[in-house]
Parts: sequence; structure tokens; C-alpha cells
Amino acid sequence: MNFDFSDDQKQLRDQARKFLTEKCSPRAVRVVLDGKAPYDKELWKGLAEMGFLGVAIPEEFGGAGAGHLELCVIAEEMGRANAPVPFSSTVYLAAEALLIAGSDAQKKKWLPAIASGEAIGTLALFEGKGNPSPKNVKLTAANGVLNGVKKPVADGAIADFAVVAARTGSSGRDGDISLFLVDLRAGGVEVKSLTNLDPTRGQAEITFRDCKAEPLGAAGEGWSILSQVLDRAAVLCAFEQVGGSDRALEMGRDYALDRIAFGRQIGSFQAVKHMLADMYVSATLARSNSYYGAWALSTNAAELPEAAAAARISATQAFQHCAKNNIQVHGGMGFTWEFDCHMYYRRANAMALGLGSLSYWEDQLIDRMRKKNAA
Amino acid sequence: MNFDDTPQEAAFRETARKWVAANAPKEFEQELSKSSLGRIRLAKHDMVGVGKAWQKKKAEGGWACLHWPKEYGGRGATPIERVIWQQEEGVYGKLTQPFQIGEGMCGPTVMAWGSEDAKRRYLPKLASGEEIWCQLFSEPSAGSDVAGLCTRAEKKSDNWVVNGQKIWTSGAHYSDFGLLIARTDPNVPKHKGLTMFFLDMKSPGVEVRPIKQANGMQEFNEVYFTDVVIPDSQRLGAVGEGWSVSLTTLMNERMSIGSRLATGVPELFEFCSNLMLEDGLAIDDPAVRSKLASWAVKSSGLKYTSYRAISALSKGERPGPENSIGKLVSGMMLQDIATYAMDLQGAAGVLTGADEETVHGQFQQMLLSSPSMRIAGGTDEILRNIIAERVLGLPGDIRVDKDVPYNKIPTKGR
Repeated sequence: MNFDFSDDQKQLRDQARKFLTEKCSPRAVRVVLDGKAPYDKELWKGLAEMGFLGVAIPEEFGGAGAGHLELCVIAEEMGRANAPVPFSSTVYLAAEALLIAGSDAQKKKWLPAIASGEAIGTLALFEGKGNPSPKNVKLTAANGVLNGVKKPVADGAIADFAVVAARTGSSGRDGDISLFLVDLRAGGVEVKSLTNLDPTRGQAEITFRDCKAEPLGAAGEGWSILSQVLDRAAVLCAFEQVGGSDRALEMGRDYALDRIAFGRQIGSFQAVKHMLADMYVSATLARSNSYYGAWALSTNAAELPEAAAAARISATQAFQHCAKNNIQVHGGMGFTWEFDCHMYYRRANAMALGLGSLSYWEDQLIDRMRKKNAA
Repeated sequence: MNFDDTPQEAAFRETARKWVAANAPKEFEQELSKSSLGRIRLAKHDMVGVGKAWQKKKAEGGWACLHWPKEYGGRGATPIERVIWQQEEGVYGKLTQPFQIGEGMCGPTVMAWGSEDAKRRYLPKLASGEEIWCQLFSEPSAGSDVAGLCTRAEKKSDNWVVNGQKIWTSGAHYSDFGLLIARTDPNVPKHKGLTMFFLDMKSPGVEVRPIKQANGMQEFNEVYFTDVVIPDSQRLGAVGEGWSVSLTTLMNERMSIGSRLATGVPELFEFCSNLMLEDGLAIDDPAVRSKLASWAVKSSGLKYTSYRAISALSKGERPGPENSIGKLVSGMMLQDIATYAMDLQGAAGVLTGADEETVHGQFQQMLLSSPSMRIAGGTDEILRNIIAERVLGLPGDIRVDKDVPYNKIPTKGR
């Protein structure tokens, strides 16, 4: 059994950590947090130069052609650094959708542009409240034009193109949904930035009015493609969440060693020690579940749907738990804008909703476990 | 990343599988596979007798304590081969319960601290199950603070004379030998006045009394010592070095207890899949699904954490500290899951008999037994301290009795 990343993959992780420590300090994150830039353009350029944006994109489409295990280790570091760039929208959602369902021409057009950092992509799925479900897709597609409103769309205000879920039928089945590819710079769209929990990753409302769109994948296959994209993104996001959990735990641990109260390091009080030990437990469970997700993702295993849901739940819980208690360990200082704790708290809670909420994934996991038990 | 054996591992697994297929007591297979929680009982047979027969057969075939050197009754196997063996031994591994304290704790302590003569005399018989060992550490007033123990051993010429009481001794009533830690010098700080011994449990002055536990069962014992004589040749380590010796034992305890952990998740999943509530099956209820999913990912998280440790062993590396979470997580889960299943049973949940509504009282039994899982082998609180101090590097507790002579430490009930 070799349930671990290879030495080369660990080296890549070290390389990514070094790069991000240099180029993505909390000070740099704060430029975006404070609204002075929509995202960190310099960092985005650097990520492209390092080959990180296209690490899982095949060489024939301008990527490094490495694989998804490599993407997982980079994702972990992106989460650790709280990177203020549209990485998850572009790489986990848009690029994965193209890889699964794109025509050769579509892949040739967009994938090299993603790998080089020239194009930012996103997935436009949600329409207000609710979780991923064909029922919740109201935006229509007819005769090659889209009409409707998507919100929230992650990184929608800075994206160059979007994969859009649209209704093409009314049978009440999954087959009513088809995917389309929209060049957001070409007209027919109106984009409005929305304020959100985590300003280091923007959210937008996009209105499509007779917007020209080309199909992505076969008509009526939209929901099946989306399910695969969401499962794959769930694993990759889980690695970001694991990275964020570890960082929040470290911040809490370091502060507990540094801060003196009642004449002792606060980390010598059991109430504080046990809180940190419990954070370590959640982070460890999340990491192990995510490793299993990484295995399933990288081998395209039949276990992927169940593994992805487990990784998603475990990592969401861990990041929320660690980010919350990191503030608690910091006490009053943790509730200041000046300390970085709230950046992880914001990111943890925003990520918990991004691909569908925790309860949605819990529901998915039970369905998938039952399917396996029945088989 | 893959779950495959290396060619050597695959060959070893094949050998082990064939041997188990040819030699295992298949008449007990069904009964053993059903009992997943708590202590194992066989309906018509004595567990210790059946266990001894299986252990003896394993020893003859070279499959007992297989990570031990051959001259001490083992096979000289690697850590990963031991894991593969445990996987292949499967349900029959449950028969080794009476020997686990010996194999996991007493044996390694004798191996590390015993004389060559002692090792050759005792270890092969321990490995083959011919002689069973128990561990005599905890006392009524020394549990988590085991170094605060007060059982006294006094030197009389070439012998030691022991007086005192131990508690929570698994298997003392069928054990042949015991590993005993006792106080040999009360005038120095508590960690410095301890010495380790082993003794024949049939020695005059040893009295074993069963403890009736909170769950109504009797699985542990109290052991009383009245002027029990132990030859100095049965001392392990130097006089006053007992604490260092005990660390060998306790380190092994946490590793061996963590190897087969029940969480209650498969039982709860099955229960919820069959339970009809007013609005339909329990497993279709969103609140039930949410709880079940949260426990399921903890359970899978533990499983894959152990896979990470196995992978480290396979590469010849030491597993990381992440394995320390196993008992902490599973102990709490058993208790919470039992409580939740009974909540779903409603009024009938109070019944503990063979009622159909309560699935023969399995969750009730789990509820009553689970407190011990959070205490034995390190309480939840001690385990959190260990994670905080050894993994996260936080400061140790302030110990007010650390440099105080043992007989000057304020006591109650000693």
C-alpha cells in the first residue's frame, strides 16, 4: 500500500509553499481584502509562470500534463496561503468542465489561455438560494441564446468566460439541463459585483439577455457533466480546506505559545490545549478523507462520488472548526481586523457554501453509501 | 498513490492467506464475525480455551507474535508483514484477545529490559499462548496519575516483599504471570521511587477478585498483594528505574489498542436503513442523514488515517503522530452513536432485552459499555494532553508534586 504522495509530489508542494510564502503574504492578501484590487494579478501571473495553473491540463492544450495528485498538493498550498486569486473557479470548475465535456476546438481555445494565465473562467450554476439541483436552474437556452440571471457566481466580475447551466427542457428530469460556454467579453451579459463574506474571492450577479452561447457537451447531458465537475472540484476544494485548517491550527498554536496570561503561556492551560488538540483531530480526519478523494480523483475510480462527498464534508467541518477556534484562542485580538484570523474564518465559511452547503453534501454522501451497500 | 501490495507483500499475504484457510477454526467464523463491539463471547465454548488452541497452532506454524525475533517465539517479520497478517487473520484475530496484553505490552517490556535467560524462558511461552500475562499498573488512587501508585515493594535479602492493591487488571483470573510496578522508595519524588517486576500470579499472598462494572459485566479484576515474595531476579531494569521501564509498556499499549477500533457506524447505518419512523425510513429523514454522514466521515477518516500509517510502515518509515487520534475519536463516537440510536427508538429504547424494536439491545449495551472506551488505555483528557504536548509542542501541565518526595505529597485515600 502506498497511500501517500510521491517524493516528486512532495517536492512540488514544498516549491509551491516557498513560492506562496514569498508572493502571497498576508499583507498581499489584504490588498484584495481591503478592496484595493479585485484579485492579485501579479500572483496570478506568477502562478502561470510556475506552471501551477495548468498542472493538470494535458501538454497538447498548453498545460504541464502532470495530473490531479499534483493539482491536489498545489490546492493545499493555495488554501494555506488564503490566496486571493480565482484559482478554484478557473482551474477546478471551468477547466475541469472543459476537460470532461469540451470539444477539441473549445479545449484548444480556452485551456492554453487558462494555463498561461490569460483567461479566467468560472461556473455559473446558482440562481439565488438553494443547492445544486436541476430544479433550481431556471435560466433558459433556446436557439443558441441564453436568458436569465445567475448569482452568486464566484469570480464572476473578473472572469473572461463562464460555463453556464441552462434549462433546455421541462420534463422534470436531469436531462432538462444543458451546459453552455459563454465568452463574457462578447456582449449580452451584464455583470454586477456583490458584497460577500470573503472579499478575497469576489462574487457576482450575471444577467444574460439574448446572450449568444455555444453548447458544452451534448444537449441534455448538462447535469451529468456538472455532477462530475462538482465531485472533482469537491476533492480539490477539500485540499484547500485542509491547507487552511492546518494554517489556522498553526496560528492558534503559535499564539498559545506566545501569549502570557496569569503568569503562564496560555497554551499551558488545558482548556486551550484541548481545544487545539481537537482542532488537530478534525484536521487529521479531513486530511485522510481528502487523500482518499485524491486517489479516487486521480484514478477516476468508481468510488469517486462517495470519496468526494466524504472529503468535502470532513474538510468543510475541519476548516470551519479550526478557523473558529483559532479566533477563540486569540481572544480579543482575534476579533480585530488587524489580525489575520478573520481571513481564514471568512474563507472557511464561504468555501462551506461554494459547491453546495454541508447539508447538501451530507445528503449526497448517504445516497452514495446506500447505492454502494445495495450493489 | 495506490492500495496495492508490493510483490514481496503480495507473496507474504498469499502465504498467510493459505495458512489461515487451511488452519483456522472455521466452526467459530460466523459467531466471531457477528460480535463487533465490546468483549468477545462464545455461546458454547470457553473463549480462553478456544483462544489458546488457536494461538498454539499459530505458534507452531510461525504466525504468533510474528514481529518478534525467532529465538523468542516470533517470526522476525517486518511491521508491514504484521499488519498484513492481522488483515488475513481477520475475525480469528478476535480469539487472541486474552493474549493481547502480553503480546502488546508485557512481552515488549521483557524484551527491552529482561535478562537473556528471562527472555528465552518467558517469551516463547507467552507467544504460543501457553502462558498468559497481565499488567498490574493502575491502582484505586493512581489512574491517569499512575506514577502516584502506592503498592510497596521492600527488599528483604535477595527477595522483594510486596503489599498493596492493583485494579482494572484484565484477565488476572486466568493469567500465569503479571507485570508489576511498585514503589520501592517513598522518600524520593514519585517518578524516581518506582521499580518494575514480574511475578507468578500463583504466588502465595496474591488474591484476585472480580470487579462488577457499571455495565453489570465482570471483565476486570482487583488484585491484592499480602506479603508476596518476588525474587530479585524478576526485577526489570534498575531499582528506581520503574518509570522509564513503564514507558516502554505504555507506549505499546496505545499502539496495540488503536489497531482494531469499533466506531458503531456500520451498526447505525444498518439500523437507520431498516427503521420505520412515522414519515418513512429513518435513513430518508434529513436530520438522521446529517448525523449519519458526520459520523461516517469520522469513521472513514480513521480508516484512511490508519492506511497512511500502514503506508509509512510499508516504506520502512515510522508512522507519524496522526495515529494518536484513533481511540479519542472512536470512544466518543460509540457513546454518541448509542445515545442517538436509542433516541430514534423512542420509548422502546429503554428496553435492554431481546426486543425486536431495539435490535436485541445492541445500542443499549454499547451505551453502557462505552464509558470504559473513553477511560481505559488513557482517558480522553490524557490523550488530548498527549496530542497537545507531543504533536503540537504545547507546554506540559504544571506539576505541583514533581519535585516533592512521594511521602510528602498531600493525599486523600492513600
